[in-house]
Amino acid sequence: MNSLNETAGMLRFLTAGSVDDGKSTLIGRLLWESGGVYEDQLEAVRKASVGRDGAADLSLITDGLKVEREQAITIDVAYRYFSTPRRKFIIADTPGHDQYTRNMVTGASNADLAVLLVDARKGLLEQTRRHAYIIWLLGIRHIVLAVNKMDLVGYDQRVFTTICDVFEQSTAFMDTVKKYFVPLSALCGENIVRRSPNLGWYDGPTLLEMLETVPVPQGSGSGDFRFPVQNVVRPDPDFRGYAGQIVSGKVQAGQEVIALPSGRKSSVEQILLYKQTLGEAIAPQSVVLTLKDHIDLGRGDMLVDPDHIPVVANQFLAELIWMSREPLKKGVPYLIRHAAQVLCCTVIEVVHGLDFQTFASHEVETLQLNAIGKVRIVTHKAMFFDAYSSNRATGSFIMIDPATNDTVGAGMVCAENLAVHDSAPYQATVPLPGTHSTGLTVWFTGLSGAGKTTICDSVYTELLALGFRVEVLDGDVIRRKLNSDLGFSQKDRDENVRRIAFVAQLLASHGVVVLVAAISPYRAVREEIRKDNPNFIEVYVNAPLEICEQRDPKGLYKRARNKEIQKFTGIDDPYEPPLVPEVECRTDSEMVKASSARVVSAIQFFFASRLNKDKGQAMPCPDAGEAGIAEQSRVRSNREDYL
Amino acid sequence: MSQQLSHLDLLEAESIYILREVAAEFARPAMLYSIGKDSSVMLRLAQKAFYPGKIPFPFLHIDTTYKFREMIEFRDANCRRLGIDLIVHTNIEAIQSGANPFKLGTKRCCALLKTQALLDALKLHRIDAAIGGARRDEEKSRAKERVFSFRDAFGQWDPKNQRPELWSLYNGRVDERQSIRVFPLSNWTETDVWQYIAREDIPVVPLYFAKKREVLVRGNLIIPLEHEFELRENEKPQQVMCRMRSLGCTYCTGAILSEADTVPKIIAELQQFRRSERENRIIDHDQEGSMELKKREGYF
Ligand SMILES: Nc1nc2c(ncn2[C@@H]2O[C@H](COP(=O)(O)OP(=O)(O)O)[C@@H](O)[C@H]2O)c(=O)[nH]1
Repeated sequence: MNSLNETAGMLRFLTAGSVDDGKSTLIGRLLWESGGVYEDQLEAVRKASVGRDGAADLSLITDGLKVEREQAITIDVAYRYFSTPRRKFIIADTPGHDQYTRNMVTGASNADLAVLLVDARKGLLEQTRRHAYIIWLLGIRHIVLAVNKMDLVGYDQRVFTTICDVFEQSTAFMDTVKKYFVPLSALCGENIVRRSPNLGWYDGPTLLEMLETVPVPQGSGSGDFRFPVQNVVRPDPDFRGYAGQIVSGKVQAGQEVIALPSGRKSSVEQILLYKQTLGEAIAPQSVVLTLKDHIDLGRGDMLVDPDHIPVVANQFLAELIWMSREPLKKGVPYLIRHAAQVLCCTVIEVVHGLDFQTFASHEVETLQLNAIGKVRIVTHKAMFFDAYSSNRATGSFIMIDPATNDTVGAGMVCAENLAVHDSAPYQATVPLPGTHSTGLTVWFTGLSGAGKTTICDSVYTELLALGFRVEVLDGDVIRRKLNSDLGFSQKDRDENVRRIAFVAQLLASHGVVVLVAAISPYRAVREEIRKDNPNFIEVYVNAPLEICEQRDPKGLYKRARNKEIQKFTGIDDPYEPPLVPEVECRTDSEMVKASSARVVSAIQFFFASRLNKDKGQAMPCPDAGEAGIAEQSRVRSNREDYL
Repeated sequence: MSQQLSHLDLLEAESIYILREVAAEFARPAMLYSIGKDSSVMLRLAQKAFYPGKIPFPFLHIDTTYKFREMIEFRDANCRRLGIDLIVHTNIEAIQSGANPFKLGTKRCCALLKTQALLDALKLHRIDAAIGGARRDEEKSRAKERVFSFRDAFGQWDPKNQRPELWSLYNGRVDERQSIRVFPLSNWTETDVWQYIAREDIPVVPLYFAKKREVLVRGNLIIPLEHEFELRENEKPQQVMCRMRSLGCTYCTGAILSEADTVPKIIAELQQFRRSERENRIIDHDQEGSMELKKREGYF
């Protein structure tokens, strides 16, 4: 193995090509000639080659998994390592087939350069152009077109120039990309590390020379300062530091910074890297920062350069690559992982899809596996981002399906969003495209064991019988699925409520009546979500603590009393009852049926009054008492009119 | 002041970022501590990630009871000195019924004393993220391993069905009993590890340094003699100048002939090596594609 200088830099690159273009052979060759393959690995390869064609096959060095070796194809991204005295290299070896676009995207996401392989005999294939496009889309700014198998075309210079010309033409629009061209033979080891007299007409650098000399952005601290907070470091009350990675730009001690989302200003007091105190730190260093002022920052917040702040919005356009067998569904909740944040989101519009043949956009309903398209996304709270083209770290996100926990999409924020900087927050009350009249969120709050789920179930059955479209969002279920990353601190509880409210509002925008059963102990956040949502009814499910504790259906009170659970609502965490709920159900003194009937009638009144309002008639707001039940039959018979 | 970060700085920054993600995203993470050089590097990275705070998760050592004495001494001294919360787990049942590689063969022995013990320990301590020191350059099947690698409720890995992993956005979401294996050293090579040990002056087990040791030479394997070892006919222990390139159980870790008795000498030796480090591990070669099989079952 070649010695690697301790101060050498690092280059991450991607290799792509169609099947049999010689990608595995090329990588095997690169590793072999730079000493990156050990002899016993080669021996193991020799052992495995027997049965194929007998001779040691360099391509087997890179074909990792057994399944793949048996089928002799590469199906997943594999990472390879080698180094020269000048640089350490990380190769993302990505498969060529159409159906593996997602793997190619994965490999490209961290690469600074791409080696695109072409078989000299076949010339540029459709697939090569598709690969080039993905590479460009993923923000790689150096492409090496490696024209392989020159030995099979008699080392003909014209073959090489023709391929280069065609490539230049068909990728002319990628004007931000620097393109390099090299003729080679992977099999014979020509122009990879060593030159060859057979290619004497070529006077450019070998492939390895290119890899060693292209300028790398990694580790140079370019771009605007962005520091997503990963953890708060608080070893003792006197020290409060923020741990994170500088994802772009640099920071100096004493420098002013702005904290997002609060917008508060402070300046950096200290930059710590373990026991060292630094005067300056640059991307991508992982450090701990302390601030002059005490501002309360937590995971997911971001410190940024006050002169160049990112876009703060909860609606944006993005290029989305779909990676799941289940097509993208509009209007349903997904999770977004962006910087150090997790947000709840939905796709409200598929603006267009991308046609790989023409690179033109075309109309699509949704995105299928491996498809790429531009979408409009709404998140449940503000995201702080830059365009992907200017910042890969703050412009990228992944999408997760909360039902399966799978990563289903990869997104890149479009530059057009810079224009929507000041746009008003998204309101689900504006009917979403393709939807009809808006439904309603019915929010059941109360202590654990007060009877929220029971009343909810009963209301659910009644509403279904009445012909409503209904959905129940049960706090316990949501916590297991959508919000499994949240705990029971005040911050997490509030976040839990906000996300549930967001999902409820989404469903409601499709005409669904959404029944939410969640303890939601804090008044402030309940008021906040009510303020944002005109289609909202609050139901206070009220039973005294003693009764709830007696019922203790899940054994939680007992565990809380035994101190097995901390911060349990009612025991050692407060419950703040609503001041003016639309409905109050006293489950200690009233039958379930009676409670649920009052809720149903309140719901019906809500729709009836909205109908009347639309018609220009004022309607008194029901106090959801006896009058509600009395009016019930009348409203019920009118149901078709307002749904 | 303009600076350019070295490859070690870049690797360090990435690993620290990963460790902090684990601490933030999981309820009960633990670091798999195998006492070797990779674990020593991980330990330093974890100190750096949370300094001036404490490392917020325990270390877990799966002790097969066939480890080198020097390893155990090093482990105990190191953890005590640094105030690390150490959990040691052994498959006592298997040991009591006499599990050893001679009786069971290396495959069965590993399955019981390492894989099974690890899965039991993860279950016992309800660990939802197990941080391991595996590197992608070690073995072919590891080249495709994710940094956050999903394990089902039985601790198994499905190489054909891995979550896509993009940018540095790791998806660590799991349901109950599922878990994630995390590999912060994914992008490090053996040389990187030694260069970092040199740069940071990280203590490692003395077994890595060459000295005269009592060993048995069998074929091209050099087996250090520590626990009782069944000699074959005509076999005799000898004193040989050698060192360990990787550390495992005494029976299954071969030594290499070497004069390298300092870190710089080890790095210099590595530059000349054309034999990969795991070759001396018997377990990797007992079956074609064997590491992948072990990994699918839950081995690190
Ligand atoms: N003649 C010649 N054959 C090559 C060259 N590079 C690769 N090959 C052969 O092309 C076939 C496919 O190569 P492989 O590396 O497996 O392709 P991959 O599918 O892109 O990984 C193998 O039979 C190689 O030996 C080359 O430069 N010249």
